Amino acid sequence: MLDMTPKTITERKSLRVNPAKTCQPVGAMYAALGVHRCMPHSHGSQGCCSYHRTFLSRHFKEPAIATTSSFSEGACVFGGGSNLKKAVKNIFDIYNPDIIAVHTTCLSETIGDDLNALIRELEIPQGKLVIHTNTPSYKGSHVTGFGNMMAGFINYLSEKSAVSNGKIGIFPGFVNPGDMHELKRMAKSMGVKYIMFPDTDGTMNTPITGDYQMYPKGGTTIDEIRQLGGAKHILALGELTSMIPAMEIKKKCDVDSTALPYPIGVEATDKFLMSLSKLSGKAITEELEEERGQLLDIMVDSHAYYGDKRVAISGDPDTVLGLAAFCLELGMKPKYMLTGTPDEKFTKLAKEMLLKYGVTDCIAKANADLFELHQLMKNEAVDLLIGGTHCKQIAKAEDVPFVRAGFPIMDRYVHSYMPLVGYRGAMRLAELMGNALMDRQDRDAEDKDLEMVM
Amino acid sequence: MSEGILEVRKKSIMVKNTGCSGDGTGIDCEKASVSGAVSQRACVYCGARVVLNPITDAFHIIHGPIGCSSYTWDIRGSLSSGSEIYRNSFSTDLREKDIIFGGAKKLTAAIDEVVDKYSAKLIFVYATCIVGVIGDDVEAVCREAENKYKIRVIPVKAEGFSGTKKQGYKLACDAVMKLIRPYKITDKKGQHGLNILGDFNLAGEMWLIKNYFKKIGIEVVSTFTGDSSHENLLKAPQAALNVVQCAGSSMYLANQMEKEFAIPFMKVSFFGIEDTSASLMQVAHLLGDEQVIAKAEAFTKKESARLRKFMAQYKPKLAGKKAAIYVGGGFKAISLIRQFNEMGIETVVVGTQTGRKDEYEIIQNIVNDDTVILDDANPAELEYFMKIKHADILVGGVKERPLAYKLGIAFCDHNHERKHALGGYEGVENFTKEINLSINSPVWEYMTAI
Ligand code: SF4
Ligand code: SF4
Repeated sequence: MLDMTPKTITERKSLRVNPAKTCQPVGAMYAALGVHRCMPHSHGSQGCCSYHRTFLSRHFKEPAIATTSSFSEGACVFGGGSNLKKAVKNIFDIYNPDIIAVHTTCLSETIGDDLNALIRELEIPQGKLVIHTNTPSYKGSHVTGFGNMMAGFINYLSEKSAVSNGKIGIFPGFVNPGDMHELKRMAKSMGVKYIMFPDTDGTMNTPITGDYQMYPKGGTTIDEIRQLGGAKHILALGELTSMIPAMEIKKKCDVDSTALPYPIGVEATDKFLMSLSKLSGKAITEELEEERGQLLDIMVDSHAYYGDKRVAISGDPDTVLGLAAFCLELGMKPKYMLTGTPDEKFTKLAKEMLLKYGVTDCIAKANADLFELHQLMKNEAVDLLIGGTHCKQIAKAEDVPFVRAGFPIMDRYVHSYMPLVGYRGAMRLAELMGNALMDRQDRDAEDKDLEMVM
Repeated sequence: MSEGILEVRKKSIMVKNTGCSGDGTGIDCEKASVSGAVSQRACVYCGARVVLNPITDAFHIIHGPIGCSSYTWDIRGSLSSGSEIYRNSFSTDLREKDIIFGGAKKLTAAIDEVVDKYSAKLIFVYATCIVGVIGDDVEAVCREAENKYKIRVIPVKAEGFSGTKKQGYKLACDAVMKLIRPYKITDKKGQHGLNILGDFNLAGEMWLIKNYFKKIGIEVVSTFTGDSSHENLLKAPQAALNVVQCAGSSMYLANQMEKEFAIPFMKVSFFGIEDTSASLMQVAHLLGDEQVIAKAEAFTKKESARLRKFMAQYKPKLAGKKAAIYVGGGFKAISLIRQFNEMGIETVVVGTQTGRKDEYEIIQNIVNDDTVILDDANPAELEYFMKIKHADILVGGVKERPLAYKLGIAFCDHNHERKHALGGYEGVENFTKEINLSINSPVWEYMTAI
């Protein structure tokens, strides 16, 4: 029923069908929610803000707070300056955050509001802060917005320092609170002094207490963002996602960064831990070594079920790259790697990775949409599909096993609490993928062939 | 009043006993949100989209940057018995160069591609905020496409900033009128049966209601817009009556159709036993002969008796509990308060996003004296009042769910994410079961600290 996708692929130049991306402000809002006592503020019409909050709530199953400038027709003619002024006053009066993180929308960008000037003119209460970033959605995607918001914080707050404070900055990328938690756990296990920025572990995965905390106890503190300027080095995870803030911290505070892939799978996690170890002088702990060994043990035990399986992966660029890397380690064959985010660096990195494993028939595309992915899958089928919720129509239409990973996942629970990164994250991924493939094998088996031990 | 409530917002809040003038003039509704509020309010485009989206074989093209279309892709939960085209997301995904040089050409090309690929017959083109600012002549593009392809391409100029969701409803109604106006019939005698307005077939609710009418012998001509199709909508002018379920979204359409097609309308509600039975009986009296009336009487009696028995089992588990309501329209809030009354649950807080003055008036009349009534509430306000009023359950939409849970309050989604039909007699069962499941879930037992 849901299948109205024709098999024949014709070129589309103007029409976007079933997007695999969304707009910058969602990313900006998510980044700002990873800062302690911060109110994300959407400078534009109320509708955008309402959509963005809903979108985040659907994925995280958490309240996602943000305020809006509530543009009217007047604001479109005269600019949104007075709306922002009113908004900022109201926000501090009533919601009392420590900092307001303003992002723009298509509308305020198009009418040309100059946020630098507008913010300079604001009356900001003593001890409070207002920062901003530009997030026009007609450029990039939500991933770009995430990076831009981080750069906005750095630009306003991070302080250049002559002496290093010895801390390692970790930019986790656009990942779940569960991932950020796992990254911190690994760093803590090694005794590394770090600053995780942003950090939604503790803001977007809060426990039930019977009280609603508008500002939960998690999140990178303003002080920590300041200190980023004196960090020894930054590990910028996500070679596309964290590039903008990495450049910003270099420019503003002359702090160097190492760009790393998301630590998904064995090799990428190795790289992350080794970099962490090298930079901090702390050894990789036995605990982590043991986890690595366990992961390898699992991979060896189950490798027969993954081997040569063709897989289609869709999602945010660094997530897709990370998932593909682990699939390759398991002996699977990525057939399609698609992201909606327009960035050709994705294609380049994908090709390099595939080449290393000798996979030559994988189609890797940026600026693509799910309609295209569906058409591709109709022409050459795969054994497994990995992506966000929006892939479920394709999975159903093509009757392909489907593993949900990435953003957004709006039709399942628990995912945001659990990691994909690190050795533990890889174990979880192996389990998710293995279960999907093996459930399918059981489902399709003739009664006589149904295996009890697999 | 508490901290957490803006001075300018105080007019939008009242406690029945104090701030209220008794005639609904006490509340400050029908306004855009305050700058800086954590508003739950959606935009004009959102309103237009939710009303038109359930037209199952229409192509909905969003002319604007990607976000506006991403967020509205297949989220409403309207079911279809036919085409699934409406569940796809089509947009022009405007990029920077389109913003600078204009997006009209891209829109033309997008329409060409849709027609080319799917031989589309009906296309709605939604213009979002920045299209209004960059000044694309969307109407001209649509007109050209209509002439070129001899199909319907209807522009919906839904710039989000030009108002609230309600203006969007109106735009949607205008678009529907544009579509069906040419099919006006002059012969009044030819009119028969009814149209159902303002039901979007969430979780198949339209099917339930259609089935009731079938049972009592009344023909349903066309539906707006749940499970509707292009062809089916065009028959609407042939109906003898319009029944309006969600008045907030479709009253305007009913008015228009009365003016232009001389089709009278009546407001109905299919939420709760009382409302459902009363609505069916009213329609039977208006349109049916004695036989129809007798059938309707028998049917509503049988169903009511069955459900009263059903509810009696739940009453002991629910009586004395307290509910908070936060929904889009005032009419729905009214239905919910009535349903809670039937369950023995008292409504202690009630808020709407777009309630009208006359609806707030009715609300005031059917709640207890110290019930708090809110217009366009923000989370802080909702939290404050739910706490001091000791609400056990909140009925709301997606943004309120996590808030309720954090407070340890049960929750029921009465919006796009409803899990099953909540309308009609079956809906009473589902709703009661869901309320009971949530209020009496074992998980609340563990809420105290270890
Ligand atoms: S106008 Fe821009 S910022 Fe607003 S929802 Fe649409 S794409 Fe996103
Ligand atoms: S840009 Fe305008 S139309 Fe689009 S979501 Fe925002 S307020 Fe609504």
